[in-house]
Amino acid sequence: MSDNLHVATRKGLFSVARRSGTWNIEKVDFLGDNVSLTLTDRRSGRHYAALDHGHFGVKLHRSTATGWEEIAVPTYPPKPEGLVENDIWGRPIAWTTTRIWAFATGGADEPGVIWCGTLPGGLFRSGDHGESWEMIRALWDHPKRPMWSGGGADLPGIHSIIVDPRNSKHVWIAVSTGGIWHTEDSGASWTQRGEGMRAEYAPPESTHDPIAQDVHCLVQCPASPNRMWVQHHNGIFVSSDEGRNFTEIKSADPSCFGFPVAVHPREPDTAWFVPEIKDEKRIPRDGRLVVSRTRDGGKSFDVLTKGLPQQHAYDLVYRHCLALDETGNRLAFGSTTGGLWISEDQGDSWASVTHTLPPVYSVRFS
Amino acid sequence: MPKVSFTPNIQRHVLCPDTEAPGSSVREVLDNVFAENPRARSYVLDDQGGLRKHMTIFVDGETICDRVRLSDRVGPHGMIRVFQALSGG
Repeated sequence: MSDNLHVATRKGLFSVARRSGTWNIEKVDFLGDNVSLTLTDRRSGRHYAALDHGHFGVKLHRSTATGWEEIAVPTYPPKPEGLVENDIWGRPIAWTTTRIWAFATGGADEPGVIWCGTLPGGLFRSGDHGESWEMIRALWDHPKRPMWSGGGADLPGIHSIIVDPRNSKHVWIAVSTGGIWHTEDSGASWTQRGEGMRAEYAPPESTHDPIAQDVHCLVQCPASPNRMWVQHHNGIFVSSDEGRNFTEIKSADPSCFGFPVAVHPREPDTAWFVPEIKDEKRIPRDGRLVVSRTRDGGKSFDVLTKGLPQQHAYDLVYRHCLALDETGNRLAFGSTTGGLWISEDQGDSWASVTHTLPPVYSVRFS
Repeated sequence: MPKVSFTPNIQRHVLCPDTEAPGSSVREVLDNVFAENPRARSYVLDDQGGLRKHMTIFVDGETICDRVRLSDRVGPHGMIRVFQALSGG
């Protein structure tokens, strides 16, 4: 059970810890800077923090015995002279790391391996704890990759990376917008997955095209890896065959729309969501902040409210801002309006840690 | 030899003291500066070596024209100033 949280925000990285049964902010790093995502590598004990300095670009820092050190950031290869590649708005896509949007550690048999997903769609792999990065060219050069497009962001991006606990060479990624992709050879070749997802916002001809799907978050049950859950722009989808086929969960109270999803580490039918009004409003329904939980694979949902604000709450919870610890009992989430809540009982009740943080971009047990 | 100065705002991230470096174009001069201070490179230039979107460079008080190749000429006693927009919140 983890007693530590990393909360990445628009204005710094907050370390939150449980002491004598109470959660408090213990430390702030990078105060004033935009911290977009963190990773804790439990194999090495190292922490990673992605920073976006705006004018000065995206940077990556790694923990040391005494603090943090800046390390190499994933870098795009030279764009071929004369290549014209535009986004769906007709603007040129710059081959440069615009945001670090996903991290995953490699398997236990791959010490030092870290995966990193970025905007505008590049996937990178480090074999040396982030000292250097190699772009996965087979994915970047895939003939269908130019069909990826921006969703909420202007540019397409990889926001979910899952390394198969049974075989480290098997990796899934999810793209907003570009659906789900899978490799069985550590990235040397890729195939599209995600049949059955539905994009009602797309033209009728491509509503069911797997590449048109705006997956907001993809997770896999570690103890039952065939089970994958997707929070999609269009709703909630569940797979029982490693993401080959998905079934839509058409009714989830109070809404099917949201960004994050978390799945219990040992109970594949148990998953949590933070529902919002779909889709241009993106606020909790009726100003009531709730977490929804299914224990039966999506047949029914509990609407969890105890300890959460039920009046005039306008918190939006981004895709990396719902965390579940390895026991499956502790959850934490942070919001765009600076709220941070923790549950010790699978979401039945919540305690507010603070409601005055900067906008929260990532919450991870560390 | 051309002189180079960097915006004060970059200094809290990476130390970029005033310096001199040989070269007859902005690219040549900055390549020589970054050869001595490699960490500073990615703070000023993007992955393709172009000037970052919200950065700007003045040569003897004039904004450079070529933000991609940095081919603007620099005299032997030229002054290059690396600036950034002041914005955000």
